[in-house]
Amino acid sequence: MEEVATPRLELRNLSKSFGGTQALRGVGLSLLPGEVHGLLGENGSGKSTLIKVLAGFHDPDEGELLIDGEPVRLPLAPGQFRELGLSFVHQDLGLIESLSVLENLRVAELASSRSRFGISWRRERKRARETFERYGLRIDPTAIVAELKPVERALLAIVRSIEEIRGVGVRQGVLVLDEPTVFLPREGIEVLFSLVRDAAAAGASILFVSHDLDEVREITNRVTVLRDGAFVGTVSTHETSETTFVEMIIGRQLAKLADVEHADKTERRVGVSVEGLRGSTVDGVSFEMHEGEIVGLTGLIGSGFEEVPYLLYGARSARAGRLVLRGEETDLTRLTPTAATRKAIALIPADRKTDGSVGSLPVVENLALAVLDRYFNGVSLELRRMRRETQALMQEFDVRPNDPSLPYGALSGGNQQKALLAKWFQTEPRLLLLDEPTQGVDVGARQQIFGLIRAAVEERGMHVLCASSDYEQLSLLCDRVIVFGRGRVWRELVGEDVTKERIIEQSYAAMAAEVAGVVA
Amino acid sequence: MSEATERTAAARVRSRSLAADLLERYALLLVWGVVIVVFGILRPDTFMTTSNFSTIFGSQAILVVLTLALLPPLTAGDYDLSVAATLTLSSMTLAILNVNHGWSIAAAIAAALAVGLVIGIINGALVVLLGIDSLIVTLGTSTFIAGVVLWVSNSQTISGVSQSLIDVVVVNRFLGVPLAFYYGIAVGLIMFYVFEYMPIGRRLLFVGRGRSVARLSGIRVVRLRWGAFVASGIISAFAGVLYAGTLGSADPTSGLSFLLPAFAAAFLGATTIMPGRFNPLGSIAAVYFLVTGITGLQLLGVQTFVQQLFYGGALVLAVALSQLARRRDAAVAS
Repeated sequence: MEEVATPRLELRNLSKSFGGTQALRGVGLSLLPGEVHGLLGENGSGKSTLIKVLAGFHDPDEGELLIDGEPVRLPLAPGQFRELGLSFVHQDLGLIESLSVLENLRVAELASSRSRFGISWRRERKRARETFERYGLRIDPTAIVAELKPVERALLAIVRSIEEIRGVGVRQGVLVLDEPTVFLPREGIEVLFSLVRDAAAAGASILFVSHDLDEVREITNRVTVLRDGAFVGTVSTHETSETTFVEMIIGRQLAKLADVEHADKTERRVGVSVEGLRGSTVDGVSFEMHEGEIVGLTGLIGSGFEEVPYLLYGARSARAGRLVLRGEETDLTRLTPTAATRKAIALIPADRKTDGSVGSLPVVENLALAVLDRYFNGVSLELRRMRRETQALMQEFDVRPNDPSLPYGALSGGNQQKALLAKWFQTEPRLLLLDEPTQGVDVGARQQIFGLIRAAVEERGMHVLCASSDYEQLSLLCDRVIVFGRGRVWRELVGEDVTKERIIEQSYAAMAAEVAGVVA
Repeated sequence: MSEATERTAAARVRSRSLAADLLERYALLLVWGVVIVVFGILRPDTFMTTSNFSTIFGSQAILVVLTLALLPPLTAGDYDLSVAATLTLSSMTLAILNVNHGWSIAAAIAAALAVGLVIGIINGALVVLLGIDSLIVTLGTSTFIAGVVLWVSNSQTISGVSQSLIDVVVVNRFLGVPLAFYYGIAVGLIMFYVFEYMPIGRRLLFVGRGRSVARLSGIRVVRLRWGAFVASGIISAFAGVLYAGTLGSADPTSGLSFLLPAFAAAFLGATTIMPGRFNPLGSIAAVYFLVTGITGLQLLGVQTFVQQLFYGGALVLAVALSQLARRRDAAVAS
């Protein structure tokens, strides 16, 4: 059946090069009506270039675009994608944070030439409420976007896009979701997926761009895989195994990830203990970390686990709490990041772009920032040594390309994260705090990052605390996982219990308990 | 892995770098050279003379120093609009103490610099402790200081500043150029050294470019931003000392007109030598480029309003250029 239908959108033989190198090499893609189509590939595989061609941002060197079988001239003019019934939700969502939900929802309409004077805001509010109700969402149209939870923002952006293509008639619509789930907790993804399924059921075509294999396998009908700008293949999702996908994506077989030993290390000596931590949503948390142990913190978003690294680093102020690091006591209410670095505590934040690095400055400056005094001989900075040692460090952490003078932002996500590890590992921290350490990182780099962290624990005796809502990551990296509920410790999973399934189960159990607690 | 594509990105950045980067770095110097040649051909007798250049270099030292005063806050991501008012209050303080109260010139200079220090402390405190936008704070303090100047001076020009100051600023020369020029260059070189070769300069850069990154890297952001305002206050006050030394007097308003040229030069300076960064050497080059152009036009007989056209235009053009450069860098980075 699917084979006979005319594709809603078809790309043929698409090529694009930047300064002599091919970002896309004869790539093809076809989206059928009512289909959720995955676009998979590592960072730098050409996914975003392809999307940008569709958005009219790049002018391809070669290639054809057909909408409902009709050729459309490339390059597209800016904004022309709207007339073709395309709508995009990018990773940054494209919302204006300081404006209300309603204003964001209607922004395209308000900006268009059709808009007249005298908008009836009361009627618009009512319409917006009805819209959200139709999707089964409870979002207040008058709320300011900056105050929404990440999930609500993502849902708002997607509802807006679906509404946009509904405007042209949903059967004409193509919805492009570019990594929309990166910042979402699991339950948010569920809601998002049900929106996507509904839109597809109504006849829209959806292009789902992601490098999260699990999500792609869950939501899509067919998948197109790109590697190094080349077309690897389009396959039917349910007929393709996970290992086949991984091989298609990275072009070689990975050592199996799942065979991680989870030794129970709780009998070892205690190296770090946190006592009575309170602050933001964290409400009285105590736990210990043993020698050689990687401890994971998780739960559903809002349960408080995500605040812990920042509280232990002094980046957010704690109301109460004590940290004992190898016998040395710290009052967490008075800790500042400067003091934390002095105590050899390091934090790698989740948001690389705003908290971790300055993309427009060279890699060398970003990395050396943590150890500038080392390169200062009392008179001047030894810039040459700084560059040389940073290059060696990049080599050690396999940051590619190995060029310290490149702007940090020119590195791919995985390499950016490896570079951040390098930045902090050179300070030889005793306690390393991680927040979502492999967010937006491709499969290969992710494995390398896990390896680097484990080696640091084993060889340098570093204590590692990892906050994450990526349950698979926790199960692969951690020896023990502490599940949070309502700002407190709900359960600890040790040894063989550290599996993706058990973590998910306990996270939801914590939420159920929370609900029960509220009801009772 | 996607090493090929990454190398491409690197190659893209690098292929642009050699020829284009050199051009970008030294474009302003090149244009400056062209301007000199053009005016030299048009007005060989008046423009192409040592005395003209010695005037340009000497008289504009004040603007150089004031432009440099802007750089620490700008690098830290803050605006200091009070620099010109600080200059005026500093020169007025010096004149009043030296002329009306008979203080020695050294003591008067020390007092003038102390005025700058205090203004810097106050600006910094308002910005970092109360968390008010620096643009608003310094717009307010600038007007306030200008009011103080009118008050303490009774809106009068005070002349008769010690000749020894005038001597060491404009009368004495080295290689035919008044010493004031070398003071400006010295401040610029020191600042260049601090920005480029000292940890504090690197940290300041991160404070401006990624405040959250800086904070989470353990940098004392509050202290550095505050320090930048203090540096700005002291350097502005030093510009005020040079101003008093150049005029031999202090008048309550003329110094205020330096504000816009200083911003124009700071932003234009950020497009050259080290494009994308506020840098002292670029700023100095920008000041002398702007002044050369204006002097040349005036020698051609153009009215004085050309000065405003030139400075205003240069500010907008410089900001536009750096915006374009940033957009291009962002495109490369993505």
